[in-house]
Amino acid sequence: MYEAVIGLEVHVQLSTNSKIFSGSSTDFGAEPNSQASLIDLGMPGVLPVPNAKAFEMAVKFGLAIDAEIGQKSIFDRKNYFYPDLPKGYQISQFEKPIVGPGRVLISLEDGTKKTINVTRAHLEEDAGKSIHDAFDGMTGVDLNRAGTPLLEIVSEPELRSAKEAVAYLKVIHSIVRYLDISDGNMAEGSMRCDCNVSIRPEGSATLGTRTEIKNVNSFRFVEKAINTEINRQIDILEDGGRVIQETRLYDPDREETRSMRSKEEANDYRYFPDPDLLPVVLDDSFIETCRVNLPELPEARKARYISEYGITDYDAGVLVADRDVADYFAEVANTSGEGKLAANWVMGSILAELNQTGGSITNFSVTARQLSHLIGRIKDNTLNSKTAKTVFEALLAGEGEVDAIIEFKGLVQVTDTGAIEVIVDEVIAENPDQVANYRAASEDKKSKMLGFFVGQVMKKSQGKANPQAVNQILSSKLSG
Amino acid sequence: MSLTSDHVKRVAKLARLGLTDAETTETLTQLNSILDLVDQMQRINTKDVVPLAHPLELKQTLRADEVTEMDQREKFQNTAPQADDGLYLVPRVVE
Repeated sequence: MYEAVIGLEVHVQLSTNSKIFSGSSTDFGAEPNSQASLIDLGMPGVLPVPNAKAFEMAVKFGLAIDAEIGQKSIFDRKNYFYPDLPKGYQISQFEKPIVGPGRVLISLEDGTKKTINVTRAHLEEDAGKSIHDAFDGMTGVDLNRAGTPLLEIVSEPELRSAKEAVAYLKVIHSIVRYLDISDGNMAEGSMRCDCNVSIRPEGSATLGTRTEIKNVNSFRFVEKAINTEINRQIDILEDGGRVIQETRLYDPDREETRSMRSKEEANDYRYFPDPDLLPVVLDDSFIETCRVNLPELPEARKARYISEYGITDYDAGVLVADRDVADYFAEVANTSGEGKLAANWVMGSILAELNQTGGSITNFSVTARQLSHLIGRIKDNTLNSKTAKTVFEALLAGEGEVDAIIEFKGLVQVTDTGAIEVIVDEVIAENPDQVANYRAASEDKKSKMLGFFVGQVMKKSQGKANPQAVNQILSSKLSG
Repeated sequence: MSLTSDHVKRVAKLARLGLTDAETTETLTQLNSILDLVDQMQRINTKDVVPLAHPLELKQTLRADEVTEMDQREKFQNTAPQADDGLYLVPRVVE
């Protein structure tokens, strides 16, 4: 049996207004090269000046993962030639990064927790984009993205499966969203992941040869790419071969990883301190201000939700993963006073709907206020679970407010026992055979057979009868 | 430490420099004399010396996060060898 050894390098685009070394805008989707200044173009004679906000964001991240902050950090040049980085080098941090060793806590499927150590996180500039297929024999280059601040977060190789890797990535995503230092949008490339994967015989202490899968851009693909690569490496070793250290690309259509041979040779970056930039020295007050302004983080919020709303560890974990979902849930729970019901509705109906449509909760068609009203109407017995579902569907379809929908659709739950008795009498009269069977049955069978009558009554009441009342009246009438 | 001409060729290739054999030999001699100097410096005991990242003993000034650059694409692309559709064009690079 083999054991996988996985480390992730996560690139997070920081959501500053301007670039890390120039005053160009970082807005997404602008006309090509309309946000590429002389500095971004790498013209001779220009000087980069670092953006204070990028440092603030990096320090906040460092504090959030309980890391050592590099009060004196240094920029280095990482040298390679590619047209999307016209200077011929990327400004990065090598020996003295802004964030030193830290740690995050991940939850595994069986409920256990595992600490994953973060080696470092450093600031660097993003590259531009190359377009290879639009021009005959030429490559088009858009440098709008060149110089966008990136925080590269490097984990220790402590992840042991694709699932653990995804759990770690989700925690990182959750932290950057809570800190509001990036939109974390993997599909748009605001968060990208390189996966270092090797395998070794279980129990072995030495590391196998690793490969690096570049630029995986969704949680699902991270899991698939790593599993695909683990299986590829196992096949090689089983056939008596050797894994070659190289950079690979994941192809989701063919579900395979492929070698990027052309880039191998360039893997000699000849780092050296960038003479254009002095050491960045952050004083204690800068770091203290970042610390004071840290928001409540996912783990803390999870603990608070468990104690304040009486929900389970699992539910709280699901609800706090996304800051906007967590806020939405809290508003519903606070205004309705029903934590457990709010959790059930947000997880069961809303997250399910969002998963299906791929939408975001911030512009979801059912507002927290509406869901809170709906829960209020369940609590005061106006609605039962079935009619509540109907109201929810109507809210989703934008058919109006909760009370208006209840009235318009005639969904007020019948709790009036007189009205229910009438229906129960009808059902008993219409089903003489079933009634006779029921009365002849043993006690333990009766409870099962009661379901048939309850179903009939609910049907006749168009789902509006209060199920508890129906049960009670039916059992008493049938027994007599 | 001293370099061989293979080292020089490799560094030249990484830097995209085309060196003739004569230039390679000349560069090898020059680089090796620089490395001799480095060897000399390495004999000095620097145990208690803090590494110097920059010869100026100053700290970097940071700027506020403000957009100050305007779109000058047209002007910049006028001096580019080739541009089309807003993109800078370069000889094709394929991965």
